[in-house]
Amino acid sequence: MATITAGSHKPIVELESATVRFCGDSGDGMQLAGTQLTNTSALAGNDIATFPDFPAEIRAPRGTKAGVSGFQIHFASKDIFTPGDRVEALVAMNPAALITNLSDLVPGGILVVNTDAFDEKGMKQAGYESNPLEDGSLSAYQLFQIDMTRLTRLAVEGCGLGQKESDRCRNFYAMGLVFWLYDRSLEPTLRYIDAKFGKKSPAVAEANRRALHAGYNYGETTEAFAAQYRVHKAELPPGTYRNLTGNEATAYGLMTAAKRSGCELFLGSYPITPASDILHELSRHKNFGVRTFQAEDEIAAMTSVVGAAFGGAMAITTSSGPGIALKQEAMGLAVMTELPLLIINVQRGGPSTGLPTKTEQADLLQALYGRNGECPMPVIAARSPADCFDVMQEAWRIAVRFMTPVMVLTDGYIANGSEPWRIPDFKAMPPIVVTHPDASTNGHEFHPYARNERLARPWALPGTPGLMHRIGGLEKQDVTGNVNYEPENHQHMVNTRARKVALVANDIPLQEVSGPQRGKLLVVSWGGTFGACATAVRDVQDAGGSVAHCHLRYLNPFPRNLGELIGNYEKVLVPELNRGQLRMLLRAEFLVDAVGLNKIKGKPFIVEEIVEEIQAMLE
Amino acid sequence: MPTDLKLPVLSANDFASDQDVRWCPGCGDYSILAQMKKVLPTLGIPREKTVFISGIGCSSRFPYYMNTYGIHSIHGRAPAVATGLKSSRPDLSVWVITGDGDGLSIGGNHLMHCIRRNLDINIVLFNNRIYGLTKGQYSPTSPVGKVTKSTPMGAIDNPLAPLCIAIGCESTFVARSIDTHIKHLGTVLKRAAEHRGTSFVEVYQNCNVFNDGAFDYATDRDTKAETTLELEHGKPLIFGKNRDKGIRLNGTHPEIVELGKGISEDDLLFHDEKAQEPTLAYLLSRMRYPEFPEPIGVFREVDRPKYDEVLNAQIVEAKKAKGEGDLQKLYNAGDTWTVG
Repeated sequence: MATITAGSHKPIVELESATVRFCGDSGDGMQLAGTQLTNTSALAGNDIATFPDFPAEIRAPRGTKAGVSGFQIHFASKDIFTPGDRVEALVAMNPAALITNLSDLVPGGILVVNTDAFDEKGMKQAGYESNPLEDGSLSAYQLFQIDMTRLTRLAVEGCGLGQKESDRCRNFYAMGLVFWLYDRSLEPTLRYIDAKFGKKSPAVAEANRRALHAGYNYGETTEAFAAQYRVHKAELPPGTYRNLTGNEATAYGLMTAAKRSGCELFLGSYPITPASDILHELSRHKNFGVRTFQAEDEIAAMTSVVGAAFGGAMAITTSSGPGIALKQEAMGLAVMTELPLLIINVQRGGPSTGLPTKTEQADLLQALYGRNGECPMPVIAARSPADCFDVMQEAWRIAVRFMTPVMVLTDGYIANGSEPWRIPDFKAMPPIVVTHPDASTNGHEFHPYARNERLARPWALPGTPGLMHRIGGLEKQDVTGNVNYEPENHQHMVNTRARKVALVANDIPLQEVSGPQRGKLLVVSWGGTFGACATAVRDVQDAGGSVAHCHLRYLNPFPRNLGELIGNYEKVLVPELNRGQLRMLLRAEFLVDAVGLNKIKGKPFIVEEIVEEIQAMLE
Repeated sequence: MPTDLKLPVLSANDFASDQDVRWCPGCGDYSILAQMKKVLPTLGIPREKTVFISGIGCSSRFPYYMNTYGIHSIHGRAPAVATGLKSSRPDLSVWVITGDGDGLSIGGNHLMHCIRRNLDINIVLFNNRIYGLTKGQYSPTSPVGKVTKSTPMGAIDNPLAPLCIAIGCESTFVARSIDTHIKHLGTVLKRAAEHRGTSFVEVYQNCNVFNDGAFDYATDRDTKAETTLELEHGKPLIFGKNRDKGIRLNGTHPEIVELGKGISEDDLLFHDEKAQEPTLAYLLSRMRYPEFPEPIGVFREVDRPKYDEVLNAQIVEAKKAKGEGDLQKLYNAGDTWTVG
């Protein structure tokens, strides 16, 4: 940390990274505040990682702990993988937000509170018995008490807004203050205000602009803050970047896969948290030939996709755990009919309705084994928001190459989180080859279940003369596809479907490890815990610990060198946001005595938790 | 749709697949299959452009017996499978074959939504008022009191009337026919095929194993003239062996009247299948034996936007307004920054 005095009359403290969290009532606009700080930091060239955390209720009773919504952002001048374990600056818009978030603030951290919300009622709702602003309980922090409600009202006076509308500008005031604190440009947010409200409601636009400036000026002019902070540009690989959430990256990845394969995209989906944003995003891109169907239920969403796949579309369904459970029978139909399609599961806390807005990775076994009968399907998982872009394309490549449904796992954490995405060059992407048999069967009868070397059957489309055939959920005779109940045939077909999925292992890269290629400890992770696991391993390695990290994208089948690779280490640690589902698979598959680190709190890992476990295992 | 003269002339046999038909001997399904095979060659649609989609049940084996494309899907879901297919392939002629259990029980939700969307497909519901494939449990159309394996003391739930459901969902084409009434069935299927929008056809179908005689009242040569009423657009509702009875409206209630004795045809209810309001069609769908003769024929045929057509029109419109999608432009949209 270096302190310099810039042109501004306050000193600027240079930081390698900063972690900031806005928290307030779910109606306080905290998600917007976080998003704006994210964008402006991304544009400033920082590496970023974000963690929006909001309640399942759209508007829980005002001022209650249940209604607290937060948005955390980590921005840095180095490569980062997580939104940060602890926050260095916390903006709390009311007592409930303070009491529920304070434990994540580092001692000595910056704490900005809106004092206007700390009235008797507010404190009682939060469960404070005495006023924390006065009783000395916040003495460990740099406390800044600002009457934001009053100051915002003053700032927007004359814009012609009522009190309620004026108070809605408070988040811009808070943003302005934080922007000043971290020496961020107001420009991107001013552009946002103009685009969002400029035409529709000039008065609201003006009020938000004023509130933003007022917050910024408060930091600049008052004596409250002694210094400003600055986080320099990160050394990212050269290229043009933008900020992208996991759900956006998923939508873009799907559209890209459609284009690369020359298929038209059909999405059958039913709204569900936290997957709905994929439906929203894809619905906006009809000019790409994207057809979206908001189905009457999850089952219809899935079965519509079977119909669309039969017709030759790139058919996709998106959902989350409970919806996936409803779709499973129809996924079995897709396995039986051997049609290429994608099922995207943005996992959330379960079981049942569980924790709709919180993250978890407890659907791995559901993905692999959730269907009736022997019903294998390739399963792959994204590790970060931007990785969703690549994973979707890889899933579709596998689906069409092997004529199989593929399940893709993401989770609420990476779906809503964002990170810089290096914009790829579409022209440089190879095509995803899709073939359909044509009408010439050379006088032979068409065999819908004849197979190629990958055991994939032909994808013959309705409309092709001479290839009329019927498919369905009843067991098929191999080659002809006719309904068949013979014992030998069933065994053969069950084995064939399993072999086909197993053959995918020959078509995917070998598993790589970061760190020593053999040694004491291997950390094996999958999905959205990548950031925390990679950071933890790197931290321990930097401190001299001998630990390696292996992050799995392919969960079914596993990469073909995985067993051998795991055997190169004395111990294996599998951190997961579940009760040990990957660990169970690894133990079953490789007879390895893997140890789990299991957290099921609806929250992502913090790096420290993993570091501690690694250190304990290294001792 | 005009018939392309260059197309080969097909016969019913051309639409038969090479699979042995495995319905029980005497099943009403055979007759429906035969009529379908007769009707399809008259539509001028090539076999490869025709797709039959079914769910689960006796009726749902239907696609296997047709030499067209087909999906024998899962229980109740055929309308949703059809929605995915027709939405992305509006060039195809799509038929959904379902039954009273498949369509109204496990798949009720999909049927309802498919109809209200007015997807341009044809749905044929084989109503035998019983679960046949699972060997004889009562179905959602079985009458109260029906004694079956699962209702030894008689069914206690009020049955659904398939046409009431379809009309309630504002189906744009609603018709009823009877398996043994083959000419009538053929005409109804043809009209269903020709209608643009969701065509919903209920076929009374005898299950001679588990519910034999359920529709005897409507099929018996001696009684059918009294127990059924053939609807004709623009014509008064007349029935009876001697065509001496009719249906008259008394307020909003239908009543049976005898012609002559001061009542003329002009006093009767006239059928108007083109009525935009579904009220009349609903009233007709509520007429049930034994209180009334049960109407057969086309209850309603109106025009309304079709889901698949509008969905695809939106694509065209979006392309016109925004230009053909350009991925590179999309990637670069919004705030970007350059490193190095």
